[in-house]
Amino acid sequence: MYRSNVLVCGGTGCTSSSSGEIIKALEKEIKARGLENEVEVVKTGCFGLCALGPIMIVYPEGSFYSMVKVEDIPEIVEEHLLKGRIVKRLLYQETVDGDNIKSLNETPFYAKQRRTALRNCGVINPEKIDEYIAMDGYKALAKALTEMTPEQVIEEIKASGLRGRGGGGFPTGVKWSFAAAQPKGQKYVCCNADEGDPGAFMDRSILEGDPHTVLEAMAIAGYAIGSNQGYIYVRAEYPIAVERLQIAIDQAHEYGLLGENIFGTDFSFDVQLRLGAGAFVCGEETALMTSIEGNRGEPRPRPPFPAVKGLFGKPTILNNVETYANICQIILNGAEWFSSMGTEKSKGTKVFALGGKINHTGLVEVPMGTTLREIVEEIGGGVPGGKKFKAAQTGGPSGGCIPAEHLDIPIDYDNLISIGSMMGSGGLIVMDETTCMVDIAKFFLEFTVDESCGKCTPCRIGTKRLLEMLEKITEGNATMEDIDKMEELCYYIKENALCGLGQTAPNPVLSTLHFFRDEYIAHVKDKKCPAGVCKSLLQYSIDPDKCRGCTACARVCPNGAISGKVKEPHAIDTAKCIKCGACMEKCKFGAISKG
Amino acid sequence: MKSLADLEEIRENTKFQLNLRHESPDNIQIRVGLASCGIAAGAREVLNKFVDEIAKKNLENVTVTTMGCIGLCSDEPVAEVETQNGEKTTYIKLTPEKVVRIVDEHIAGNKPVAEYTLGSKA
Repeated sequence: MYRSNVLVCGGTGCTSSSSGEIIKALEKEIKARGLENEVEVVKTGCFGLCALGPIMIVYPEGSFYSMVKVEDIPEIVEEHLLKGRIVKRLLYQETVDGDNIKSLNETPFYAKQRRTALRNCGVINPEKIDEYIAMDGYKALAKALTEMTPEQVIEEIKASGLRGRGGGGFPTGVKWSFAAAQPKGQKYVCCNADEGDPGAFMDRSILEGDPHTVLEAMAIAGYAIGSNQGYIYVRAEYPIAVERLQIAIDQAHEYGLLGENIFGTDFSFDVQLRLGAGAFVCGEETALMTSIEGNRGEPRPRPPFPAVKGLFGKPTILNNVETYANICQIILNGAEWFSSMGTEKSKGTKVFALGGKINHTGLVEVPMGTTLREIVEEIGGGVPGGKKFKAAQTGGPSGGCIPAEHLDIPIDYDNLISIGSMMGSGGLIVMDETTCMVDIAKFFLEFTVDESCGKCTPCRIGTKRLLEMLEKITEGNATMEDIDKMEELCYYIKENALCGLGQTAPNPVLSTLHFFRDEYIAHVKDKKCPAGVCKSLLQYSIDPDKCRGCTACARVCPNGAISGKVKEPHAIDTAKCIKCGACMEKCKFGAISKG
Repeated sequence: MKSLADLEEIRENTKFQLNLRHESPDNIQIRVGLASCGIAAGAREVLNKFVDEIAKKNLENVTVTTMGCIGLCSDEPVAEVETQNGEKTTYIKLTPEKVVRIVDEHIAGNKPVAEYTLGSKA
């Protein structure tokens, strides 16, 4: 029996800051001290506080060590594990309160979270099925198979109010009932793990930290609609997720929790992985299934909807990873438990990947209806460097931005749509006053132009033209008429594109136009970029009253654009200036400004 | 092929180990002094005996943790037991054999073993 467990994050974030080496060092040091039968080292999934990785928690004390280095390991082992003295200087400082050490759940980052889909992430070793089973794993499948009819399973999911977490927000139980209503025969259960939005890593973290929950939920879905085969379409760029999923599938097979006659019933179910090559369009359901079939990942018109005619022409349900991660909990705890969380039309919790200009970059799960202010300011720790919050971007290239005046809006599907954004899969990128909103719209359009599959004209050509218009604006060559034309084109693409990618591609433009029209006008009329981002519109100048003639700027300028004598005011030759900003960074007297 | 009973067995066997991974402020807390003085007097054997005995008896609402030196070096190994109602008992000069009785009578039976306590010295 171990007296202590040391949990080390093995998610992608912490792995990239060498948590693997930390685990090795820990094991070596523990052995050297003869503690290997007393202390167990456990590699877990993501704890959420990625900004402070690599992360390590020592139980039973619950000591949360952050930004651990390999060099710190001997001290932690000797002091904490051997002598019982917590190494305070290495603890996450939010948990240190004078002489006391606070519980992690009392820190601002965790206090308002409600980890449901992420419940096992950072708790269990995702590569050990026994640990998943100990956390009531496969109990929901057992309950469904032995105590419930397929209709009851669907009714339970319907009653819970669970909606698709991939972004669309379609009621999951209703989707299942469509596929269940199709005549008996071959049907498929698919999982969309093709998370492609820039800045989103919710699904990856669930797959890395708790892969069995997805398998179990897919088996439950298979039972509900009458399918014996599941496919997980996962990005090949998620190597850790792919590896742990395969381990999980193999272990579940070994235990008979996947395969023939599960729990001795006549229900059989198998799951296979299909690796995506990283095309954004393959996150769209029809393109995803086309890709699984071995064809080029292109969407097709709907109807017929996948529930009627999906993968290989058979009735298919396709749900997102996070949606599946809620299913077992609903079956075990009941629909009422789930619907007690959230808002009237959006039940349960939502996982968000916090990124951009925010202190606590990481993964958070909050009840629906939590305000953006709570997420950004309390959980996320606010904007770094004393800068002002400008907007948050949700929904990636399909979504929009939420400006500061809507910080107090309770986040759910319908509220976000009402202000011209969308939930998306949960990427939440925070922007401060140094972000140019036209530039952001341009960034997302560059992405969609790249990722458009080219099948339909509105998307293939429309997004390209849209991007050209945005470039014209950021270069200072646009007229007010261009803005009107651009807006018209946005609506045209939305109405006419074939699939979700094209239909939502103009959203970043429309929502920035809606909330930050003055910035667009400044670019067009005044030929200025208020945030100082768009290079073509920038002018660097030296204030002769402040310049002391130290020559630092002239020496750092890569293009020889600054001239002047020592101890005399310098000047910038705007024709030669490439607007790199190196001079401004170097000046100690604040004499250089841009605008 | 696993049956429901097999699943339950795996759950029960693994659950106990995973109980360690929560903060459980409402548990009975057993803190064993593990400073140099304690280790020299055999505190690690005492600590591990507590862990093993509690596992053997399947007592779920108990947390065994460590603490530094509380100044009673000549009475080591020392352990503090704090029950849910906040009552603290300090045991001194512990041995693995004494631990068996403490777990039996105090942790499981809610009756402190008076003769092993610091108070018994007076």
